[in-house]
Amino acid sequence: MTAEHSPQNTDHLLHVLFREQQRARFISDEAINNISKSLNLPRAQVEGVVEFYTFFHRKPRGRFDILFSNCTSCGDTKLLKSLCEKLNVKPGRIRSDGLVSVDQTSCIGMCDHGASLLLNNCLTITSLTTERIDQIVKLIKSDTVIQAWPRQWFYIGDNIHKKGLLLTEPFKSGSALKAIIKRSSIDVIDEIIASGLKGRGGAGFSTGLKWKLCREAVGDTHYVICNADEGEPGTFKDRVLLNSYADLVFEGMTISAYAIGAKQGFLYLRGEYRYLLDTLNATLQRRRETGLLGNNILGQDFDFDISIVVGAGAYVCGEESALIESLEEKRGIPRIRPPFPVTQGYLGQPTAVNNVETLAATAKIILHGDHWFKSHGTSQSKGSKLLSVSGNCARPGIYEYDFGVSLQEVLNDVGAENVQAVQIGGPAGRLLKPDHFSRSISFEDLSTGGSLMIFAKHRDMLAVIHNFSLFFAHESCGFCTPCRVGTRLLEKNMSKLCSGRSTAYDIDEIRHLSALVSQYSHCGLGTSAANPIMDGLKNFPNAFEKRLLNREMEPEFDLDSELSEARLMTNRDDPGAHL
Amino acid sequence: MSKLRVATTSLAGCFGCHMSFLDIDERIIELLDHVEFNRSPLTDIKHCDPCDIGLIEGGLCNIDNVHVLKEFRASCKILIAVGACAINGGVPAMRNHHPLSECLAESYLNGIGVENPQIPDDVEVPLLLNKVHPVHEVVKIDYYLPGCPPPADAFMKVLGDLIEGREPLLPRTMLRYD
Ligand SMILES: Cc1cc2nc3c(=O)[nH]c(=O)nc-3n(C[C@H](O)[C@H](O)[C@H](O)COP(=O)(O)O)c2cc1C
Ligand code: SF4
Ligand code: SF4
Repeated sequence: MTAEHSPQNTDHLLHVLFREQQRARFISDEAINNISKSLNLPRAQVEGVVEFYTFFHRKPRGRFDILFSNCTSCGDTKLLKSLCEKLNVKPGRIRSDGLVSVDQTSCIGMCDHGASLLLNNCLTITSLTTERIDQIVKLIKSDTVIQAWPRQWFYIGDNIHKKGLLLTEPFKSGSALKAIIKRSSIDVIDEIIASGLKGRGGAGFSTGLKWKLCREAVGDTHYVICNADEGEPGTFKDRVLLNSYADLVFEGMTISAYAIGAKQGFLYLRGEYRYLLDTLNATLQRRRETGLLGNNILGQDFDFDISIVVGAGAYVCGEESALIESLEEKRGIPRIRPPFPVTQGYLGQPTAVNNVETLAATAKIILHGDHWFKSHGTSQSKGSKLLSVSGNCARPGIYEYDFGVSLQEVLNDVGAENVQAVQIGGPAGRLLKPDHFSRSISFEDLSTGGSLMIFAKHRDMLAVIHNFSLFFAHESCGFCTPCRVGTRLLEKNMSKLCSGRSTAYDIDEIRHLSALVSQYSHCGLGTSAANPIMDGLKNFPNAFEKRLLNREMEPEFDLDSELSEARLMTNRDDPGAHL
Repeated sequence: MSKLRVATTSLAGCFGCHMSFLDIDERIIELLDHVEFNRSPLTDIKHCDPCDIGLIEGGLCNIDNVHVLKEFRASCKILIAVGACAINGGVPAMRNHHPLSECLAESYLNGIGVENPQIPDDVEVPLLLNKVHPVHEVVKIDYYLPGCPPPADAFMKVLGDLIEGREPLLPRTMLRYD
């Protein structure tokens, strides 16, 4: 699985497994044996990968396999329940006749379209209503092939409500490349450094500096990776960029390749966005045919190509070193850093990993110059930011602002009223109360990868926080104990809190555990997993206190119902059979 | 100085933790200068008097375990969860992967060599809980003494600290998880 592979990378392990999952509806022992032989990979590695990713199953799934988004922002568990009831299937199970299986999944990046589901790991139906659920149930019950389902159900609009620096002007493919091809790569890097561009994927590292370090790192070859894993709940701006600005993104990747001296690039696309794959590949093909990719780009001594690798449902693969592991056909477990990818990344070679939006911005900077870019934004945050706005507001969707905009201004623009709280930067970010709404969106104040979820007064903040803790418990990769065990315990504690069975003692335990999880976890997923709880305790203490029992300690579960099975089996109901 | 009163019990455990405690050997004589044992398998006293320290081995697998644990919590100023079973559920909790009904059916109805198959329903036999639980899920626990079992020295250290009125603290070498 290297640069020699076909551009479509059809024999990448993730792709082979995906096809097998689609064909057989599960991955059997025999399939694992065959795949391990044909790809010449250790059996344990193949099995490990199958077990790791949500979209692969060791037991058969239904002919219609539904993953229902339980996103905190847009998930609708009532609809999920009614879907299951109408289909007569339990969540997480397959119906006995094998027709259908329904399960939950984390945010699938459709928050601007309301409740959504993923069908057979490749198609998305958004804007779910009771009516639509009934129609879906009818089609499934009559075993109607998906090709015959109404096509417009699968259409996903962009919902761009405000355009700024990146989105306003249509981009002419090749225009930025033509501008650099006569310049030295060092010159290009210097311009990106001068622009002040920082990474849009979360960590906010200087993009130009990253390229410089990567260029200077010694290796047989260099790689460019575009991180399109976009797993942060409430974020969908990369989806929109890839849907309508793919040329701009690919151009950014090509500029990055030119700058660092790479011949091969990868776009790592989250599995939930597989529906974009065909058009993205077509765009790549068009770029090859017009001399913007492939050998001798624009007639120069510059070879570069891009292949797309599609993930299979694991949020942690957005972490750059986990992403690289996944590209290398392994489980997506974050590496120990340093060494950082810029010196030892994909296949141990220097690799520049950048977010979709970051790469799009580089192409614009090349076109318009670093002055143009840095004249927007604040002293430490240059340029603009795409916000994915969702939750309780009139107009969810994409909003592009120069850095420095106040949260209140955004809330006004999106038509948010009676706002109780805003979660910025996804579950790993910060939970804010109205006192904070005058703060500004920027690296130096409210930093965000793009997610902005709005919660109106009627929302139960404990339920919101509990849902975030479920997300982390589900997405923890299991590599390190503080996160694997800690996120589960936090989730259990939050669930107890929500049920009104907690005491002040439990709150102490939560604080203690939160500190432990954030201090000792191996990667950013674990270190940020307790953020919503800690912010909740700080900013919404009443929500917590209201639910507390005035006792020293209350058991975690209802003691008497813990005897239910034994009572049933023994037919006992005497006083000694109750607690 | 009056002696500290200590109670101990084994719930869903294997008595391995108690055995390890007894591995303090002759040091128990010295210990008895400072503590007296109340309810414990070592004394055969059946119920707790008000105590200073309670040591709990094992998790909760049946209704009787819950009653005993509650008695300990009500009687002891300081309650210590001792060993992997008390802290995590341990070996007995391996049954948590299966519904209780399946476990009982396997043991008393369908198992190999079962004669006269029936689920024991005598009121003298404590009912099993649906799942095995660690003790901290039901009562407040003050300290945790990890290990399977914890080494004898760890028992000495914790009791020694408490006797001297210090917050118990185990050195790294005594923090064992096996
Ligand atoms: C758990 C976790 C998930 C992440 N998910 C993403 C993601 O979906 N997209 C992304 O661009 N960066 C993500 N990141 C950040 C990446 O590790 C990396 O910093 C980023 O891709 C670098 O690109 P940039 O400099 O352009 O921001 C994630 C980090 C962590 C710790
Ligand atoms: S912190 Fe969580 S996600 Fe990160 S390596 Fe550890 S277990 Fe995996
Ligand atoms: S922790 Fe180990 S020694 Fe102690 S009761 Fe459990 S199994 Fe036995």
